[in-house]
Amino acid sequence: MRAALGQAIWQVSTPATHPDGTPYRSIGMKDLKKLCQGQGLSGRDGQIAALEAGVVPERYARNVRVYSLEEQVALLRSSVCVVGMGGLGGTVVEVLARLGVGTLLLVDGDIFDESNLNRQFLSQEQGLGKPKVQEAATRVGAVNSSVVVHVHQCYLNEDNTLSILSDADVTIDCLGGLKDRFVLEGATKQAGCPLVSAAVAGLSGHVTTIFPSDPGLQLIYGDAQSLPTAGAESSLGCLPQITTLLAALECSEAARILLKKRPLLRHQLMVIDLDDMGAEVLDLQRGC
Amino acid sequence: MVAHIELKLFASLKAYLPQEAERFPITSGESAEALIKRLGIPLDDVKLIFIDGIRADISSALWGGERVGVFPPVGGG
Repeated sequence: MRAALGQAIWQVSTPATHPDGTPYRSIGMKDLKKLCQGQGLSGRDGQIAALEAGVVPERYARNVRVYSLEEQVALLRSSVCVVGMGGLGGTVVEVLARLGVGTLLLVDGDIFDESNLNRQFLSQEQGLGKPKVQEAATRVGAVNSSVVVHVHQCYLNEDNTLSILSDADVTIDCLGGLKDRFVLEGATKQAGCPLVSAAVAGLSGHVTTIFPSDPGLQLIYGDAQSLPTAGAESSLGCLPQITTLLAALECSEAARILLKKRPLLRHQLMVIDLDDMGAEVLDLQRGC
Repeated sequence: MVAHIELKLFASLKAYLPQEAERFPITSGESAEALIKRLGIPLDDVKLIFIDGIRADISSALWGGERVGVFPPVGGG
């Protein structure tokens, strides 16, 4: 059946060329959808079947010069939990959907308010007062309807976190504030799930990767018990350029982990300061 | 003995940045903690110190020539 589907996809596909003249076989969204519906397949499974038949769903044509077709399949088979649908989370969701990460678990209990409009891509004038996760799911559906979305309209706590992220291959920390980050980290460690974590204040911020056996956030924030509720962002706010940049860095690192490539920010803290265009990767562990 | 460090303060700590931060005078052997106090930064506002790109303890001694970065807790998203 799989071979027959691959053959059907190949027959419908057309020859195409990348901008540098390299040839490939392409299939458009509508053709693939029609084939999937005929076979009772989900959009994501259809995209996977196409790639496995050596045919590029045209929407991924600009992905597959860096990622191989096998890697695009791996992304489609992956599941990422994004916690926080604010400035970081909105951009992370957008990038992951366009990248073709097949399943997104989206977590946030908040609704959009006017102060979100400066940086949170999922917030719109028309959407104020609406739940952030619902707006996120709508956006993913509009960008890449083949992505499977599971929405959790709730805040994290010790009781619900583990069950939410138990199916995730990677979790991305897009939270605002400090203490909840430790709750999330604890759950990812328990679930054996790698965590990519970023935080911003003003025009600066940092991003790191934490595997379950790593010391993690305590190297950045010290003891969780001694933390204030909020950090420097409470006096500086958060600007859209640094928030968007760090979200993109989180996605880049998450994609490496999903594709079994060496994570680049494990035991490292990448620090960006747009006030002086400074970027540095600092060593978190050597001094311990 | 007077020595110099390159000092970088992040986020809300920038308010404490001295004019001569790129060549800030220290007493050779001065601890990072003493430096932070001398700059008027409340110790509670400091969560992370890097010396020459490596995370360091607040009691670490500075001898001159180092790049020192000091961070407050940052948690915005």
